[in-house]
Amino acid sequence: MVSSGLKTTQEAVQTPPTWVPGSVHPENYRRAWEVMDLARLLLNTLYYAFGALAFQLVLDVAAAYSLSKLRPVLGKAILGMMLVTLMIPATVLVVPQYLTVLDMPIIQRNLLNSPWVIWLPSVTNAFAIFLLKRFFDSIPRELLDAASMDGAGPLRVLWSVVLPISRPILGVVSIFAVVGVWKDFLWPMLVLPDPTGQTLAVGIYSLATSVPENVLIASLTIASLPTLLLFLLFQRNIMSGLTAGGLKG
Amino acid sequence: MSAPTLAQDPAAKDRRPRAGAVRHPDAGLAKAVRRNLTAHGFLIGAVLCFAFFSWYPIVREFLLAFQKTENGHVSWVGWDNFVTVWNDPAFGQAWRNTLWFTVLALVLGFAVPFLTALVINEFRHGQGYLRLLVYLPVMLPPTASVLLFKYLYDPGYGMFNEVLGVFGLPARQWLQDPDTAMLSVVVASTWMNMGGATLIYLAALQSVPGELYEAAELDGAGLVRKVWHVTIPQTRLVLLLMLLMQVIATMQVFIEPFLLTGGAGPEGSTTTVVYLIYQYAFNFNNYGAAAALGLLLLVLLAGFSAVYTRLSRAADE
Repeated sequence: MVSSGLKTTQEAVQTPPTWVPGSVHPENYRRAWEVMDLARLLLNTLYYAFGALAFQLVLDVAAAYSLSKLRPVLGKAILGMMLVTLMIPATVLVVPQYLTVLDMPIIQRNLLNSPWVIWLPSVTNAFAIFLLKRFFDSIPRELLDAASMDGAGPLRVLWSVVLPISRPILGVVSIFAVVGVWKDFLWPMLVLPDPTGQTLAVGIYSLATSVPENVLIASLTIASLPTLLLFLLFQRNIMSGLTAGGLKG
Repeated sequence: MSAPTLAQDPAAKDRRPRAGAVRHPDAGLAKAVRRNLTAHGFLIGAVLCFAFFSWYPIVREFLLAFQKTENGHVSWVGWDNFVTVWNDPAFGQAWRNTLWFTVLALVLGFAVPFLTALVINEFRHGQGYLRLLVYLPVMLPPTASVLLFKYLYDPGYGMFNEVLGVFGLPARQWLQDPDTAMLSVVVASTWMNMGGATLIYLAALQSVPGELYEAAELDGAGLVRKVWHVTIPQTRLVLLLMLLMQVIATMQVFIEPFLLTGGAGPEGSTTTVVYLIYQYAFNFNNYGAAAALGLLLLVLLAGFSAVYTRLSRAADE
């Protein structure tokens, strides 16, 4: 892939194909960057991904903490209803979800093309809540009680006692939140139709047929780099997150 | 899941009401109400998101399947949508294609990661790098992987035909030929998704006690017999869980055929159920039909999910 991104258009589509470019053309990467406006797509995607990460971290952590340690009335039922959503195939829900964001009930808004349409649904990640709750469950009660005895309210306990211990699981959830937005295709394609607000994955797809092959391949390389970097940097967390996925046999 | 907490500890229970009882009789109640309000305050954000973007759409899916929307006017039509979907000539084809994809994806997507895990497990050094390499494609955006495969499959300048040529085999029209289109989609899909399965198999393999292999070796078992008589029985539950998970995932295949062959493919050979749902909803604006077909898929997959949940609970014990 990296190699074809360095070829001329003629060489990229010649028969037979070459494994190593005959002449190196790094300017393809610059052309891809300019023609496809990758900078904007990249910024959009970062904006969506980190916004979703922030919402997930705040709301899902708060929910998991409440379900695990504060244990409100009906907490078990709410957790059950969240976990049931894992059984519903995501692709089937795309249609009613799309109709919902077109005309949000109660607030009567159309969320199409707004970042909220990516951020808020990302919070409904029952698996993240499950992972977080299971981790919080393993924190001994005495630790929290000691803090409450010193007069710390629930928020203070969460912030100063629970979160510092929970760094590994927060890392896992964060990485999957960012990668999830980065890889998603169908949902952003439907709810962000405006070309200036598209994600990288969708933007490249919609321009794929209008650019020469070598430039397209160069743009694919660029689009893959951020997640590759993330993966190489955080591979240990990711690998442990996979086994934390409950499939330990 | 339920860790023992102090709330169940009788001593803690005693302390609370007594402290309040000294002054007001209702203090215990007031405290409980306040505690619950705080707890629900922490929950409310996530609950609202679930209500709007998950629970309500789930209910709506069931309603939509029995409704018709025309010019913004909604009417109840009973089972009409299901009849429409059933009578669509694409219905049978989409299910056949989806099943075919699932079967192929299982043969490849089950066997290849398992064998890869077996091979990696045999390495003494560099396992970490191999695991990294195997998992790498999973992290790539699917658009990038799929468009790359499209380039490799190209009958003119694609790398795959070049490889066939090296072995003296004739070039193929991978994605343009109805006979190979689906197979090509499956190969791309397997490459993109096998990383997770491989790592899980690897973890399962490494949990098999070494003594069992030693015993088998003493009995003169070769590699194949060791795998058949030790590895597979020992990792049976994980294998079964992964099988179910893969069925659930592959039955929902959409992005690979959508990007590789434009969805339908040559002679409709890659039309899948989810692609048909997509067409009903977003090409024909027939949300009722989309919901009806979706509901059929949902019921089928929810059955698999229920079995999966039961099994994974058994696995935890």
